[in-house]
Amino acid sequence: MEVVMAVTVGFLYAAALYMMLRRSIVKLVIGLVLLSNAANLLIFTAAGMVRGAPPLIYPGELLPPGVSADPLAQALILTAIVIGFGVLAFAVVLIHRAYEVVGADDMDQMKDTDT
Amino acid sequence: MDALVALPVILPLLIGALSLALWRSHAAQKLLGVFGTLALLAVSVHLLFETWEHDHLVMHMGSWQAPFGIVLVSDMLSAIMVVLTGIIGLATAIYSLSDIGSRHERFGYYPLFHLLLAGVNGAFLTGDIFNLYVWFEVMLVASFALLILGGERAQMEGAIKYVTLNLVSSMLFLTAIGLLYGLTGTLNMADIAVRLGEVEDTGLVTVIAMLFMVSFGIKAAAFPFFFWLPASYHTPKVAVSALFAGMLTKVGVYALFRVFTLIFNQDVDYTHEILLWIAMLTMLTGVLGAAAQFEFRRILSFHIISQIGYMILGLALFTPLAIVGGVFYIMHHIIVKANLFLISGLTYQLKGSHELKELGGLYRSHPMLGVLFMVPALSLAGLPPLSGFFAKFIIIRAGIEVEAWLAVTVALVVGLLTLYSMVKIWNEVFWKAQPEPAGRAAGSGAPAGSLFWMWPPIVGLALMTVMIGLYGQPIFEMAELSAEQLLDTSRYIDAVLGADYVESLQEMRR
Repeated sequence: MEVVMAVTVGFLYAAALYMMLRRSIVKLVIGLVLLSNAANLLIFTAAGMVRGAPPLIYPGELLPPGVSADPLAQALILTAIVIGFGVLAFAVVLIHRAYEVVGADDMDQMKDTDT
Repeated sequence: MDALVALPVILPLLIGALSLALWRSHAAQKLLGVFGTLALLAVSVHLLFETWEHDHLVMHMGSWQAPFGIVLVSDMLSAIMVVLTGIIGLATAIYSLSDIGSRHERFGYYPLFHLLLAGVNGAFLTGDIFNLYVWFEVMLVASFALLILGGERAQMEGAIKYVTLNLVSSMLFLTAIGLLYGLTGTLNMADIAVRLGEVEDTGLVTVIAMLFMVSFGIKAAAFPFFFWLPASYHTPKVAVSALFAGMLTKVGVYALFRVFTLIFNQDVDYTHEILLWIAMLTMLTGVLGAAAQFEFRRILSFHIISQIGYMILGLALFTPLAIVGGVFYIMHHIIVKANLFLISGLTYQLKGSHELKELGGLYRSHPMLGVLFMVPALSLAGLPPLSGFFAKFIIIRAGIEVEAWLAVTVALVVGLLTLYSMVKIWNEVFWKAQPEPAGRAAGSGAPAGSLFWMWPPIVGLALMTVMIGLYGQPIFEMAELSAEQLLDTSRYIDAVLGADYVESLQEMRR
């Protein structure tokens, strides 16, 4: 399972980079979406994948029985998803406004601030 | 449990919320802006003195024990940075009274301003690597919105580059955190530092270190990753530019200092060698970029990059004196650079242009401003007796001690080139006669009364530059103490985790 996830994550990073290197700003946003999801999946995988073992402690005991899933990594992903989603929403609105102001969906037309 | 550490974060958050509540009353927001940042400065100075006395102040959030709960830690470096945030916050808040019109206030300038300060302070004070990411995002979201306030075409274009590159950097940071968590099973920076010493797969550690270096390098605008900065920093209102130039890139530098002294100190030969090359190339490209520019704020933007190189050089040399130099340089640079941006805003208000070719004759009409420009400009170039001289002197002396001749040469040459572009600004803006087809006729800018609040921050920051130069000893001692703390990581680890925990961890391993 880990191998499948690792390949998926790698593929997502590659796809994200490819999309971000296109000239279209819509594809830029899609690249950013893929990138943030790739990072979230990576945390999920890095914490170790355990099936059917919730991190619950039986009454009267101090430790969960045997191997259990890591709740902290999932809390991290939750936070990262929320933050990533908020920032992406901002990016989408920004790009929409930029499209209205510049009048083109082309990064090559946005060179005014470069030197 | 020391609640004082949380105050520099909570205070701007509260004031930001309060200014949101007073959405309609711009006057109240302005008052809150000035007095809120004044209170922030007072709190942070208090924090600095407490930290000076107790070495480290640690706050365990909700009284959870250290590696399990979230901690806020204030050591000398954090405390110094928080104080600088207070100073720049106050200066820009006062400056905003004249610079930010009601059009921008309507879009929520003041709430965003305070949110930005909260994010910056949070990043400085947190002792938890994932929280560092969260504070980075808080800071970034606020900075995105501040950057496009006004919605001009150049701002949109600059913002797309800024947003994209900063998001990429955040995602790389998140990736590195994920891998680090997989490797060590903890997020507390002190705990990571303890556990990473025992990881056998040092190759993977180096990979993670490189990921951190790239992501913080983007945020700090170091050599190959700086292109977003000159594309975006000259587009927003000057008060915003000054705040960004002073604080935002320095958060990246701070993160580099923190991570590459505390966590990644195993393979110093490898990582800090790369940092050394990054530092030299950053200095050179930044200053050469500045030499090619003829727009006031773009020159200053490129100079941020070249100065970042000096700070990273301090970290890369990794001797006690070099770290002292790096910290001193950060202190000096934040004050000077923010001041130069504020001055560029004032010249814009007086003459109606940022283009050097359209400006001129300002020394004749405003000799006082000319003198005030000379102070930070010469300090940036490193002329004695101003603050920049000592900052450069310490770093170059440290370079000579370890015989890094190439780095020393680059630092000296870049100092000269900095002087060249500052003299260029001086000649074009202040000395030469006003060219005929000016952007606006001289003196016909905004009425003189409304510019009043631009002067006190400029004068104050210039005074501070001179004072650091003349009475630098206490500042130097602060930098010295913070360098001691940064290099002796066991002090930080013991303060955060408690000596008992560290011992029991080591015993468990035996």
